Amino acid sequence: MEQTILAHVQGFMYPNEMELQWSILIVLYPYLTGLVAGAFILASLERVFNVEAVTPTYRLALLTALAFLLVAPLPLQLHLGHPERSLEMYLTPHTQSAMAMFGFVYLWYLMAVLVLEIWLDYRKDIVLTARNSTGLKQKLYKAMSLGVDNISEESLRIDEKLGRFLTIIGIPSAFLLHGYVGFIFGSIKANPWWSTPLMPIVFLFSAIVSGIALVMLMYMVVSWFTRREISMNCVDTIGRYLLYAFIIDFTLEMLDLIHRMYEADESFQSLDFMVQTKLFTSQVLIQIVFGTLVPIGFLAMPQLLKLSEQARKGIYLLAGSLTLIGIFAMRWNVVIGGQLFSKSFLGYTTYKMGFATREGLLPAIILLVLPFVILWVLVKLLPPWHDESAEA
Amino acid sequence: MSDSTIDKSRRELLLQGGKFVFLTGIAASAWEFVLAGTPELAPSYKSADHWWAMTIDIEKCIGCGGCVRACKAENNVPLEPFYFRTWVERYHVKGEDLEHPQVDTPNGGYDGFPEIYPPEDGAKSFFVPKMCNHCAHSPCVQVCPVGATFEAPDGVVMVDSSYCLGCRYCVQACPYGCRYIHPKTNTVDKCSLCYHRITKGLTTACCETCPTSARTLGDLKNPKDPIHAFIRDHKVQVLKPQMATGSKTYYNGLDGSVR
Repeated sequence: MEQTILAHVQGFMYPNEMELQWSILIVLYPYLTGLVAGAFILASLERVFNVEAVTPTYRLALLTALAFLLVAPLPLQLHLGHPERSLEMYLTPHTQSAMAMFGFVYLWYLMAVLVLEIWLDYRKDIVLTARNSTGLKQKLYKAMSLGVDNISEESLRIDEKLGRFLTIIGIPSAFLLHGYVGFIFGSIKANPWWSTPLMPIVFLFSAIVSGIALVMLMYMVVSWFTRREISMNCVDTIGRYLLYAFIIDFTLEMLDLIHRMYEADESFQSLDFMVQTKLFTSQVLIQIVFGTLVPIGFLAMPQLLKLSEQARKGIYLLAGSLTLIGIFAMRWNVVIGGQLFSKSFLGYTTYKMGFATREGLLPAIILLVLPFVILWVLVKLLPPWHDESAEA
Repeated sequence: MSDSTIDKSRRELLLQGGKFVFLTGIAASAWEFVLAGTPELAPSYKSADHWWAMTIDIEKCIGCGGCVRACKAENNVPLEPFYFRTWVERYHVKGEDLEHPQVDTPNGGYDGFPEIYPPEDGAKSFFVPKMCNHCAHSPCVQVCPVGATFEAPDGVVMVDSSYCLGCRYCVQACPYGCRYIHPKTNTVDKCSLCYHRITKGLTTACCETCPTSARTLGDLKNPKDPIHAFIRDHKVQVLKPQMATGSKTYYNGLDGSVR
């Protein structure tokens, strides 16, 4: 162990720096939170901005956001040296700490925004299902209705109003949620790879990009599995919004990069060397070329050319998948990249990921699959299709 | 040594003896508070009366590593070469190239430094002992989500390991690399300025052991402390002043290549 750690150090590192502090689990944390924020913002397009083309994805987007939000704190919990003390962040928070305040933003977003909005939107379906079923199922749905079974026109109208109001609060909350994650990194002045006021906004736009891509893919995949027709108007619209968000995201990231290169401060030589060597594959190839430029090119094609439905579906599938990989690489490059160089700017270390260890690849994969399992359960409980709810 | 110093009168002997007995009594009564983790409550130690700082004279450091060994022994620091409360770096700077010094710290300087540079290569070599700077505006204190890392009224940055979550945010926030996660407790660990010693009127283990007095503990609130003269009489600097952390570890002879 000792020799392995030392063998991966090049140049000079402060001795306490040789061990990496934040593992792949901390890469997952901004990735999952970003997907939540992005999915929610897509959902709000329909609700607040009246983009009716994306209506078919509204409920799916909310459920996706919830599924990922439930999993988002798990990698943090697994990473802590003392997970049993994590509640202290709520009970005795240190108010100057960005990390402590994140707990409250998370809770606010989960309970006050997402759960409440989903409940309001599904209330009629829940009450109808409770009425039309028996036994355990009835009990479950009765519990989910929280004892409110008034579904008169008047009360549904109030639900709708309240839901819209919640979405309006939800948008800044989603911005806050992921902007905050960016701030946790961006406010560390000791680390020049992280320390930039652009970090929250770059995180935010990459979050929007990843969330839109995820919901677009989920919609297509779920439609195929359930043999429902894919609304091309819907995916075309989502594809267009994805392209716009991607262009803003890429512009911001390039602004950051160009600014760093032009300023070339004391950390530049060290970081530049890192990007050209240790981070070349994950940053230049996976994140920038295959994770950003290629999907932007793909997404621009339907805007410029007349393409068949089949071709467009293929393009969205490919662009969406590449986007999700690219944004994951972006999180990786921020979190892991920020720990590969010494704060003395004189040396580098390597991240050696375990497999079946507490912070290894296996738990990371499980945590990435878990939201889909939760989503599957949620979709079973609360079908996002309006036709089924009408039948119920 | 003059004769007068050994020619102690009976009266002086009694006085010194009396002081010794008295101070030992105070130390003993303070000890239970130190053990309870509340040294500031000890009758003999008023934390608000002190403001601790450290001076490190690079021109005096010979790179023997005594401080590193003393620190590890005194504070149960793991012996692996990537856990240190204090360590020593060797700088080797050729010509005017301050931006690319050669730096090494074999086992943190624990075993001293083997000679690896030819004596007449025209470069300058020197040792830089490092430790927690006990910053007055500590980034580590700022980021701790539960306040497990805090600044005592006497200016010492401390960790309550019974409260630390082990989130490692403070390790990331320290610009100087002074923190590590203790592999046994899974909580963060760092220099405590030998709080268990200084609250009893002793100096730190590293200062105690330093054969050339390159490291000295000082109390900035004590007007008679020699630290005031040291800071006044030398061109002192702190590490990474651009970080504006309010570092209280003052270096004499700090070269521009040191980071």
